[in-house]
Amino acid sequence: MAIPFSYNLRNLKVRYTTTIMTALGIGLTVAVLLGILALVNGLRISLEVTGNPRQVLAMRQGSTSELVSFVTQEQFNTIKFLDGIEQLDGEPMASHEVVSIVALPLRGTTEDEGNMGNVNIRGLSPMGLRMRDGLELVEGRWFESGKREVVVGQGVHGIRANTDIGDKISFGRGDWEVVGIFNAGRSAYNSEIWTDGNLATTDLGRGSSRSSAIIRATDEAAALAISNRIKEDQRLLLEGRLERNYYEEQMSSAAPIQGLGIFVAIIMAVGSCFAAMNTMYTAVARRAREVGTLRLLGFSRWSIIGSFVFESLVLSLLGGVAGVLLVLPLNGIESRLGNQLTFSETTFSFQITPESIAAGLIFAAVMGMIGGLLPARLAAGKTILNSLRGS
Amino acid sequence: MPAAIQLLNLTKEYRRDSFAVTALNQVDLTIEQGEFFCLMGPSGSGKSTLLHLAAGIDKPTSGQIVVLGDDVGRFSDKQLTAWRGENVGYIFQTFNLIPVLTALENVELPLLLTGLSRAARRKHAATALEIVGLSDRLDHYPRQLSGGQEQRVAIARALVTDPKILLADEPTGDLDAASAKDILEILTVLNRDHGKTIIMVTHDPQAAKHAHVVRHLEKGDLLPEGQLPEA
Repeated sequence: MAIPFSYNLRNLKVRYTTTIMTALGIGLTVAVLLGILALVNGLRISLEVTGNPRQVLAMRQGSTSELVSFVTQEQFNTIKFLDGIEQLDGEPMASHEVVSIVALPLRGTTEDEGNMGNVNIRGLSPMGLRMRDGLELVEGRWFESGKREVVVGQGVHGIRANTDIGDKISFGRGDWEVVGIFNAGRSAYNSEIWTDGNLATTDLGRGSSRSSAIIRATDEAAALAISNRIKEDQRLLLEGRLERNYYEEQMSSAAPIQGLGIFVAIIMAVGSCFAAMNTMYTAVARRAREVGTLRLLGFSRWSIIGSFVFESLVLSLLGGVAGVLLVLPLNGIESRLGNQLTFSETTFSFQITPESIAAGLIFAAVMGMIGGLLPARLAAGKTILNSLRGS
Repeated sequence: MPAAIQLLNLTKEYRRDSFAVTALNQVDLTIEQGEFFCLMGPSGSGKSTLLHLAAGIDKPTSGQIVVLGDDVGRFSDKQLTAWRGENVGYIFQTFNLIPVLTALENVELPLLLTGLSRAARRKHAATALEIVGLSDRLDHYPRQLSGGQEQRVAIARALVTDPKILLADEPTGDLDAASAKDILEILTVLNRDHGKTIIMVTHDPQAAKHAHVVRHLEKGDLLPEGQLPEA
């Protein structure tokens, strides 16, 4: 039978200062890991929910983003009549869109303070608006065709200055008035500013070509077929890809931060392991006589190892819980991340999921296990006599 | 009925760097069951070493240890642990209670290794504490007890599995005179009324008076019965 758990739990309680300090050290490591996971999760959710699985995005061959792509009116006219395209009110569901960027200061700062960030401007048609599901106007009204008016995604509105209703945003050949704020759920569209496609194309001097074309197919199989046809048509020189895939690929912008974060978390984890190990070595040294007594009473070496590893596990899990509590306030907080493919920023909210909490706790448990095993082996490895002598 | 303990030509040497220190030198000794045996001698004479060997927590350099008819030297570690739990209770000079466990939990510890239910374990532990006069201190932690009470808890822990032999290593060494007297009374009762064989190591002549047999060790040699070490 094992040494009672109360022996370990009460020992942790008796030396509570050491317990708290060690647990907090482990907690900070877990908090760093969870923070990074929350960022990556938030960004992933933002990009993964963007786009309709039945929609195909057409861009110039070799373009990595809409910003560096162009699709001429002629190309658009060709692809919008392909087979398998959904019709709405007798019109093919296709939108020829122009994408540019505008630099805006952070909310609460001015341009002179240098906190500028690029925001996507998207010029689209009324059909383009209808092709975005789940849109909701939360304030003001939609832009009118032929007027220098824009609507701002809620993500941009929350972070960037000059995006309140009535404010002016300068791009192209003049100022554009903010007339509405829209909510596109957790999608990347929330990080964009939208306006009339025709006027924006002229204003940005793009001639008859725009950045991309979006087409909605009748079903997902048709979407795949259309995407392949666009890709294979040598006359078009366009590349078709499923809209959802396009946004998922942008997750690569989070890779450096994810890598750096995990690297920092691993370095901290090594430190935390040593902290747990040091705490447990001290515990083992101070309780050598107790270990000897327990062995003399008949508890096996494995009972001693199990007991000290259990104590280390409890210590690290306390740290894990502290780490989760430390990082929980981050959940839902809006932030932004520069997207290296679109040269603009994506707004997202930190997402702490049950899976990431479980990962954090497992991470803490592994630290505790590693930190506890060597001291436990030391405690159990001594002879009874040496333990009783405290040597 | 086999003797409680037989030491046959027992020698124990420790190596310190390149020197060999003889702790026990060819000791022959028989302690019968039901005896209250006292081993005296100055510090370093080998008293505790002999007790460690009898408990099977140290191994002799040569010779044989037979406890209750069992040759201790032939046991594996696992067998020795089981045998010790069944036959031997150990009382330390410094009590060696687990500070984070209550008196009842400390006494219950050896019973965790038996198949007894929790209720039965608690009952046995409470009975053992009652025998040593501590039935009103069951939920006290060691730090809430006096030295004498701590030693009584340690005695209760040693006898809770009902072993035939109690080995006591300077059980009154850390106690005041009044507490020491109480402890010796308890050991006497355990020997007289409960039939426990008691082997006590001490250098307190007052404590030795409670024993039936007193032998002296001097520099590892067991002196003949009745012979005192040279002053």
